[in-house]
Amino acid sequence: MMRRWSLGGAIGAAVLALLVLVAIAAPWLAPGDPLDIVGRPLLPPFTDPRFPLGTDQLGRNVFAGLVHGTRVSLLVGLTAAAAAIGVGILVGTIAGFLGGWTDEGLMRVTEAFQTIPTFLLALAMVSALGASTVNVVLAIAISSWPATARLVRAEILSLKSRDYVDAARLAGMSRLGIAFREVLPGAVQPVLALIGITVGVAILVESSLAFLGLSDPNQVSWGGMVANGRAVLRSAPYLVAIPGAAVAVAVLSVSLVGDAMGRRLLVSREG
Amino acid sequence: MGRTWTLIRRRLLQAIPVILIVSIGIFGLLELAGGDAVDAYLAVTGGGDPAFAERLRQQWGLDAGLGVRFLAYVESLVTLDFGWSVVMSKPVSVAILERLPNTALMMGAAIAFSACLGTLLGGIAALRKGTAADAGITVGALILNAMPSFWIGLIAIVVFAVKLAWFPLGGIASFDRPDLAISRVIDVAWHLVLPVTVLGLAYMALYVRLMRSAMIETAASDWVRAARARGLPRSRIVRRHMARPALLPVVTMLGLQAGNLLGGSVVVETVFAIPGLGSLAYDAVSQRDLPLIAGILLVGTLMVIVVNLLVDITYARLDPRVTDDRVRAGGSP
Repeated sequence: MMRRWSLGGAIGAAVLALLVLVAIAAPWLAPGDPLDIVGRPLLPPFTDPRFPLGTDQLGRNVFAGLVHGTRVSLLVGLTAAAAAIGVGILVGTIAGFLGGWTDEGLMRVTEAFQTIPTFLLALAMVSALGASTVNVVLAIAISSWPATARLVRAEILSLKSRDYVDAARLAGMSRLGIAFREVLPGAVQPVLALIGITVGVAILVESSLAFLGLSDPNQVSWGGMVANGRAVLRSAPYLVAIPGAAVAVAVLSVSLVGDAMGRRLLVSREG
Repeated sequence: MGRTWTLIRRRLLQAIPVILIVSIGIFGLLELAGGDAVDAYLAVTGGGDPAFAERLRQQWGLDAGLGVRFLAYVESLVTLDFGWSVVMSKPVSVAILERLPNTALMMGAAIAFSACLGTLLGGIAALRKGTAADAGITVGALILNAMPSFWIGLIAIVVFAVKLAWFPLGGIASFDRPDLAISRVIDVAWHLVLPVTVLGLAYMALYVRLMRSAMIETAASDWVRAARARGLPRSRIVRRHMARPALLPVVTMLGLQAGNLLGGSVVVETVFAIPGLGSLAYDAVSQRDLPLIAGILLVGTLMVIVVNLLVDITYARLDPRVTDDRVRAGGSP
């Protein structure tokens, strides 16, 4: 059992590292604007060495789009997940530590965000505020923080009656100081297990928004490439297959790494 | 019976602050968006001079202060008046109600499909823990989970609708509707096979994981050991003593997944051209019909609340230990 999971984690980590490298090296791997028309339209993959993955119906290089799309996907996925987890930790800590009406109010808000269909919320936000990368990140972050908040709150509640917290209180630390400096570090650990899921969901939501045409039109993205290829689905299915596979590979690698992290944590907690 | 009513009353009371917060949030979003119903109206009708716009704003009560406008908004919600949809050129409530049945049908079928197949596969994986079958199911679920649903949908269209021509390309029914009621039902079911399968598969992984870990847990429990010591047949132990208690967290997950499936239906309905709430949301978003988006968000929230209520009632019937004060398990499995 253990071995298979660490094997999965290793594969995930290797693929993720490769994706990060591709994202960083995109301007060198595929120089120029990936949205430029560079060749004959609809060249199939593996036929022209200049365009290893072929060209789309406008003659844009699919390989260049894929490489530059890695940037957008990883960037949006990671920043949105970081923001969501940050907000979740903040809300969870304050609610769990202060308790009373603050807790009650914050938990009702969390409940509201867990009830509202989050993808619809993200759609509405991007539509209302405009389809820029920043707004896409905001929309994803706002719709995926509640899970972290609930987890952190539960951890804080179980930690806050420990002796070392009483000691800090006797030493005269402020309440929020105790919450963020003494209790939070212990409560954050289980959040690590949520990172993989959160980043994976963020990448999937970004690609879905881009597929529906709700992303920065001046930036190439995997979801947008699939939407574009959909028009020639019968004659050139590779235009849909390739960028969609890229999304799947990215999300899979992230969730494998997240899984391995969660499992290691479980072992270290129990052992 | 009395217990169920208490439960329903309690849940409905809890839903009130949620609905209130959601409507405040939607109002805030509409305010942030800038551009009001008058702008949208003039953009569609081909513009008008500023004086005309001002008159319309007065007429529609849009020139008042923030607080007054919020009260007017809440008042219209209470009377179930969601405003006018410019895109559909009919009241928002009518546009939503027309599309609701298709989405409810698709979502219901997809929830049932993903939960049944997911728990079945999760159960098999747990019983064959550590074997190749377990590894295959676990890895397969992870891979399915990583695929974007629009991509699975498009690939399914290429393979099953274009190449093999087993299923229609999209839509909810044929143009030439059959006369017989039974053939009409079959026609709709035929059109729903691919979208329901795609939507169900995209959200199945969670059930597999949940059922697998719950079954492994119950397999190690004292009552299963006791049942084994009593010499009960294996099939009976698996069904009654392992699967049944393991199903409880799965039932809880049904409610938590309802909102996700509703979001996923936007993409799947767009891919398969199904006239439902999801594709309506897409039309609303792409043409910036904000009253329509707001209405869909509110109705979607209500749908999730209703599904959760049904799940709670089912849960209370399944688990005799449940009292009214029980706290439902939170987000993560």
